[in-house]
Amino acid sequence: MHEEVIISGFGGQGALFAGQLLAYTGMDEGWHVTWIPSYGPEMRGGTAHCVVIISDDDIGSPVIRNPTICIVMNPPSMEKYEPLVKPGGLLVVNSTLVRTRSERGDIEVVYVPANDLAAELGNVRMANVVLLGAMLGRREILPIEGIKRTLERHLPAERRRFIEPNKRALDRGVEYVRKQIGVGEPARLEEQVG
Amino acid sequence: MSEDGELVFRRPAALSDVVTHYCPGCMHGIVHRLIAEVIDELGIRERTVGIAPVGCSVLAYHYFECDFAEAAHGRAPAMATGIKRTHPELVVFTYQGDGDLASIGTNELIHAAARGENITVVFINNAVYGMTGGQMAPTTLPGMVTTSSPYGRDVKRQGYPVRVCELVSQLDGTAYIVRRSAYKPAEIRKLRQALKIAFQVQMAELGFSLVEVVSNCPTNWGMTPKESLRFVEERMIAYYPLGDYRVRDEVKTLK
Amino acid sequence: MVGTRLSGWKGYRTMKILMKGNEAIAEAAIRAGCEAYFGYPITPQTEVLEYMARRMTELGRAFVQAESEVGAINMVYGAACTGARAMTTTSSPGYSLMQEGISYMAMSFVPCVIVNIMRGGPGLGNIQPSQGDYFQMTKGGGHGDYHLLSLAPSTVQETVDLIIEAFDLADKYRQPVTVIADGLIGQIMEPVEFPDLKEPQRPERPWALTGAKGRKKNVITSLFLDAHELERENLKLQAIIAQIKANEVRYAEYWLDGAEIVVIAYGTAGRIAQTAVKRAREQGIAVGLFRPISVFPFPYDRLREIAETAQQLLVVEMSAGQMLEDVRLATCNRVPISFYGRMGGVVPLPEEILDKIKGLAGTGS
Repeated sequence: MHEEVIISGFGGQGALFAGQLLAYTGMDEGWHVTWIPSYGPEMRGGTAHCVVIISDDDIGSPVIRNPTICIVMNPPSMEKYEPLVKPGGLLVVNSTLVRTRSERGDIEVVYVPANDLAAELGNVRMANVVLLGAMLGRREILPIEGIKRTLERHLPAERRRFIEPNKRALDRGVEYVRKQIGVGEPARLEEQVG
Repeated sequence: MSEDGELVFRRPAALSDVVTHYCPGCMHGIVHRLIAEVIDELGIRERTVGIAPVGCSVLAYHYFECDFAEAAHGRAPAMATGIKRTHPELVVFTYQGDGDLASIGTNELIHAAARGENITVVFINNAVYGMTGGQMAPTTLPGMVTTSSPYGRDVKRQGYPVRVCELVSQLDGTAYIVRRSAYKPAEIRKLRQALKIAFQVQMAELGFSLVEVVSNCPTNWGMTPKESLRFVEERMIAYYPLGDYRVRDEVKTLK
Repeated sequence: MVGTRLSGWKGYRTMKILMKGNEAIAEAAIRAGCEAYFGYPITPQTEVLEYMARRMTELGRAFVQAESEVGAINMVYGAACTGARAMTTTSSPGYSLMQEGISYMAMSFVPCVIVNIMRGGPGLGNIQPSQGDYFQMTKGGGHGDYHLLSLAPSTVQETVDLIIEAFDLADKYRQPVTVIADGLIGQIMEPVEFPDLKEPQRPERPWALTGAKGRKKNVITSLFLDAHELERENLKLQAIIAQIKANEVRYAEYWLDGAEIVVIAYGTAGRIAQTAVKRAREQGIAVGLFRPISVFPFPYDRLREIAETAQQLLVVEMSAGQMLEDVRLATCNRVPISFYGRMGGVVPLPEEILDKIKGLAGTGS
């Protein structure tokens, strides 16, 4: 077990939160974890990303060049990280906002209209968790039930009303990539494992 | 000795039995003694901590029989904050000159006052950097000649003096901000009373207290002690009027 | 899932919590019995201040957001004069401002803990991780002859452990003790464990300013006008520094057995190098890692021994090469020393270090 995950988007899209869900769950499942945010002006609306490492061994470097899994939530993130995903890795693309396609043949790419799916569930701000679900739907590096336990255990009191909606968003992402059920458009799951 | 043999004058217990290094005619000695008398009168010597500045009174800790720390130049109010916040039961005072308090330490002073720190600041304003040999201070009067304003302080080039009481008394955290002097016995009595009230304000936790003493410097002013007292009365006080700049209502009820 | 689960965490004490480095620093200080905290907002350490604002107030301990780092360090000086365990945290430009107060505390033998979460410099620089303050942290920093014990953690858990130890060491030597970390350690989240909350304890500190009740007055000063007297005080300080050098050298070693190349790096650079060295080992290169944990005192003796068997050394820093000078001093250039440094807040990647190792091993492209 050694996964290096980058989640990247606009500030406010919840990239850091989605990464924290992974990190908390990884810890609760007994793995070594690190979570590093980009910090500074990004928090005010620029791009924000985080690096999460989940490992069965002590984690040396918490910084990486080539993620094994990457979630890109906006076009600049696609541009920056698509070429960097490790061969054999997974790229999850928020296709509501990212209109380009990956030309790479050596990685798995899934396109998820996460904003649309989240909007259908009633809150577009849950697109991050939909994407997380989609990622785990393809590669269940941590149990999906574990993420739900994390929501219950670690969300602060004032945000507990978001637990159930987030669970639904997670399930929706999983379901989308597994059953290829699109919303308002045909499924665009493309497998290109080289 | 009075007629019935009663002791009427002695060294306060809070004042050390040593010879000070101050120049003849300087008011530091008077102010030291008054502070020591007030500490004795209030019975707080064993729970008082003083903080010495950088300047002529840098060695003030030799002259008081209470715990003392020596601060970096201008930082006494910050240091006093650290002491008072961890030991609110202590009575904490700083003793600072005009360069220390109104130039390099303005920031620390203003913010300690704004926070309403329960500390007492004794501010000696003699309009000159004494220890370094008579340079222009933030409180040097317009036209006044010093070694670094050899043509007299030109306010167009060297700016205006800082009136500390007027400035600090604008801050809501302050409880007792007054200006006194010690150039004649009547003023010395008023100064003693003000110092006592300042400590009482702190003990009653009413907020920040500061007593400015319009002082002299015969050595660097190039005057005899007597001439320097006349200069204080006629010139210094004209620019730095004596009086109460902020006295919170609760202070008036202190006994 | 593949892989093995953790059987147990090293030094497991209560319960592991996922925590940001900066918050862990604050909580560690609280657990160590820190009674007084003074700080000023500066990225990337501000979370320490925010955490302390909440927790110290809850616990009824002293907290002040100072008017500046100059104010903060002098508040620490004041609180520490009373014998209280006091701390401030800051980042590079703020640490520069604190030098005056630190020099005073060193010469007046007043303990405290200071944390520097280094960022890119010189000047305003930026807020990204850096190790550009090594000279300032280890060679004195302020005026006069002094060195502060300076500990450089590379993980959040190590930061917690060293913060707690720093308070004990400060008390032991009556000197400020520093913890030197960077923006990455400040911002990273990792699982950590804490010891139980300690009530503030005040061991016997006969020198402290607590009111001259039933004893002679105490004076804390760094002013000694007589040259011979000041020299005597300096000798006292040097004796303490000699003790620190003798007792407090700390380092970690990885895969040094048979290592022909030894990488030397501390803090964040150290843990990144750990990954690079591990990968190089997997590729059959005889390489090891030496990670100084105390950067003052620097592990000169151990490094000298290593230089006797290693064929080359590679120093990796997030600076232009500051620790490099200590490595040269330690080894007297007996073996070739290469350097790889990134500046300006650029964090080196394991791949860059691996390339450098491969180049030295003659297996590079």
